[in-house]
Amino acid sequence: MTTVKDYSNDVENEWCPGCGNFGILKAIKKALSDLDKMPHEVLMCSGIGQAGKLPHYLKCNIFNGLHGRAIPVATAAKIANHNLTVIAVGGDGDMYGEGGNHFVHNIRRNPDITMIAHDNQIYGLTKGQASPTSDIGMKTKLQPHGVVNSPFNPLSVAISLGCSFVSRGFAGDVDHLSKIIGQAIDHKGFSLVDILQPCVTFNKLNTFKWYRERVYKLEETDHDPYNQTRAFEKALEWGEKIPTGIFYRTDENNSTFKDMRGLTPTPLAYLDEDIDISTLVKEFT
Amino acid sequence: MSVDLNIKIGGEAGQGLQTISSVLSKTLLRGGYNVFESQYFLSRIRGGHNYSQIRVSNEEILSKKESVDILIALDRSSIDQHVDELSGGVILIDKNEIDIEDEISSIFHVPFSDIANDVSGNKLYTNTVATGAVLGLLCYDFEYLAEVLTDYFRSKGDEVVQKNIDAAKAGYDYSQENYSQKCYFSLQSIDNTSNKILITGNEAIGLGAIAAGLKFLSAYPMSPSTGALIYVAQKADQYNIIVEQAEDEIAALNMAIGASFAGARSMVTTSGGGFSLMAEALGLAGITETPVVIYIGQRPGPATGLPTMTEQGDLEFVIHASQGEFPRCVLAPATAEDAFYLTARAFNIADKYQIPVFILADQYLVDSSFTSKIFETSRISRDRYILSADEIESMDEYKRYRITDSGISPRAIPGVAKKLVIADSDEHNEIGHIDQTSENRIIMNDKRLRKTEGLKNEIYPPRIYGSERADLTFIGWGSTYGPLKESVDILNKSGFNVNLIHFNEVYPLPAKTIQKIFSDVEKCVCVENNATGQFARVLKIETGVEISDTILKYDGLPFTTDYIINQVHERKMI
Ligand SMILES: Cc1ncc(C[n+]2csc(CCOP(=O)(O)OP(=O)(O)O)c2C)c(N)n1
Ligand code: SF4
Ligand SMILES: [Mg+2]
Repeated sequence: MTTVKDYSNDVENEWCPGCGNFGILKAIKKALSDLDKMPHEVLMCSGIGQAGKLPHYLKCNIFNGLHGRAIPVATAAKIANHNLTVIAVGGDGDMYGEGGNHFVHNIRRNPDITMIAHDNQIYGLTKGQASPTSDIGMKTKLQPHGVVNSPFNPLSVAISLGCSFVSRGFAGDVDHLSKIIGQAIDHKGFSLVDILQPCVTFNKLNTFKWYRERVYKLEETDHDPYNQTRAFEKALEWGEKIPTGIFYRTDENNSTFKDMRGLTPTPLAYLDEDIDISTLVKEFT
Repeated sequence: MSVDLNIKIGGEAGQGLQTISSVLSKTLLRGGYNVFESQYFLSRIRGGHNYSQIRVSNEEILSKKESVDILIALDRSSIDQHVDELSGGVILIDKNEIDIEDEISSIFHVPFSDIANDVSGNKLYTNTVATGAVLGLLCYDFEYLAEVLTDYFRSKGDEVVQKNIDAAKAGYDYSQENYSQKCYFSLQSIDNTSNKILITGNEAIGLGAIAAGLKFLSAYPMSPSTGALIYVAQKADQYNIIVEQAEDEIAALNMAIGASFAGARSMVTTSGGGFSLMAEALGLAGITETPVVIYIGQRPGPATGLPTMTEQGDLEFVIHASQGEFPRCVLAPATAEDAFYLTARAFNIADKYQIPVFILADQYLVDSSFTSKIFETSRISRDRYILSADEIESMDEYKRYRITDSGISPRAIPGVAKKLVIADSDEHNEIGHIDQTSENRIIMNDKRLRKTEGLKNEIYPPRIYGSERADLTFIGWGSTYGPLKESVDILNKSGFNVNLIHFNEVYPLPAKTIQKIFSDVEKCVCVENNATGQFARVLKIETGVEISDTILKYDGLPFTTDYIINQVHERKMI
């Protein structure tokens, strides 16, 4: 049995005390050990930002790449070795801003990976500028008149693209979050976990208290996560009440990249066949 | 007897001149000739003026020629634009399709479309009639054409094959019966058992990658590199290769790096514009020490530039792209054959030094078809330099970035053993975790840069061709090899004393070896398909060797021997 301890390491943590990221780290470790995954079976790919540092704080294989580019790395690593459990992790700026194109197109590509977005509605590492998900009116040093762009809604975008697992967790509820993450990892196909993550240093608007007063759990309502239209409606809900849990999932007709492209049972990374190109050369005679 | 014929086929995009050109080239190859087929086309799908050129010889040919012997004109502007290139040759046209009032004596009228209609019941066979007519003018053995048409149209069924053969034969017979001297030039097939192939640079690069064990290719289409991408995609299933069209070039290179990190040999194909988007990921490969092969088919820039033309304008960009300092390697194939072997070699260098390796080619090389000796797979080795599970487990601790004398750290791939593999785009310690201290920075930067020393020893010295002690030495790199080598032959045959130093491994350069080679050089000129002499500058920086004279060309077109030799004489270099 794998335990949470198997995932712990002693790398110095650079996050601010009280940051929502700690809850996310705990939830990921718990989800992985609950699934009885061994650290060497897991590959975490991340971008750059406070969130992007997360993989360093647990034991697993890591590719900490460029800002915005966790998903293409994760997708291709999964294609090269589908025996690995691959998770792409990053901030809201990382995943929805800089890497927005990859977010959109990898839902279409549907690799069997899990995407975790620490959605603190702010750029943490660069010290507090607006992010794609910042609420209208939020003032920052760079947006002295307040944010005017309408916020990017990752959930409604994902649902409309037919992403086969779309969920939202809250960093202040580790147990609930770890269950969502566990199901997301278990899900066959591209799974999205967007996480409400208070940034205690730079986001004075969307605080732990602010979220706590608003979040509720979809599974405690009559929400049917298999209904795409209802899921879309739920994804639009933001303000007085903020839903968390699994918005949308489908297990039917969910062909992953691997199914569609007929990948060999042996991962590409391990294939070492003899390569005979003589018939190809003949075609040029 | 020595043969050196040049056939040009001109027309609008969409008129199918590519088919005429391919069928003619293959037919001439099968009869034992060496063929060099090059393309000139505009970035449009319909209209405009395009042409294809086929040079045929019994000797090795690696470049195109300016004077034309037979011109097949599918439109009026083909005559207007190329009539001056004809020296005593023939223009083949269908006067029923092209208005032509002025009498040009070299015109030979063949009613392509009437014959097509009569014989095969459809104007669609017009081009096949034209193909037959050309070979009739050459009194070439028709059987070779029948065989090539059969191969070419086999997938469309027997009826289509037969109609093509009939149309071709009718065109052939028409020439034989109506051309005043029966044949313009008698091109007898050569007894041929040597098994030659006709292959484009793009196909050779794709084939080289497949032979090297490529497993993952991600790309966003961009001329002129797309041919290699498509070639591999067509063969991917047979060789367990995943070819993925990426959402953009940023994704393409990040994907290739991800797949390579996980253990699959990976590659991207692009041109300068796409590579501009890859610059940051190039550095990612550098700092994470992830092997990757980047194929760039150059075209004239900046920005969109001339999408379908040629230039060697990206060398310095490729050498300097991305922030920071890290080792990389640039290979610039001379011919299609060279492109095949160099591509395979690129994967081995990338794996050995855990660096990005470039195949830097250009439109001229990759869109042209070269006749070459059959490729030998036995000359290709696959050297992965990856630790086995046992090797990893026998280590007390696995450090992805272990400090070593060579700078190369033993490479494990994730999931193979229980030990973890950690890679980071931040400056990192030996394990792979973020480390922002200055001491560590120096150690790690030095480690990475140390790899350059080994790499320089790996680089082959330039090829030297021609006289030992020459009055003039041409310096070239990449695709200029063909025209330069032929220029050397022509000049030496006419009593001059010249030679060529040609580089196909262009970065980094082993300074001492190259200084030694240049110590024998009297007078030299660097010949480059760009406006500023980039290689001459790189050579000076890398080795201290200074070349003060250049022959440059940046009109979007490749060098020809005529152009080079004219320059040499005009500027009184010899
Ligand atoms: C190409 C590039 N542009 C900009 C940056 C600077 N940068 C680093 S992280 C970041 C945004 C961080 O915000 P987010 O992704 O939301 O992560 P957080 O720190 O909030 O967790 C930016 C702009 C960078 N590293 N790379
Ligand atoms: S800046 Fe914000 S997101 Fe980053 S560690 Fe501090 S509190 Fe967390
Ligand atoms: Mg953020």
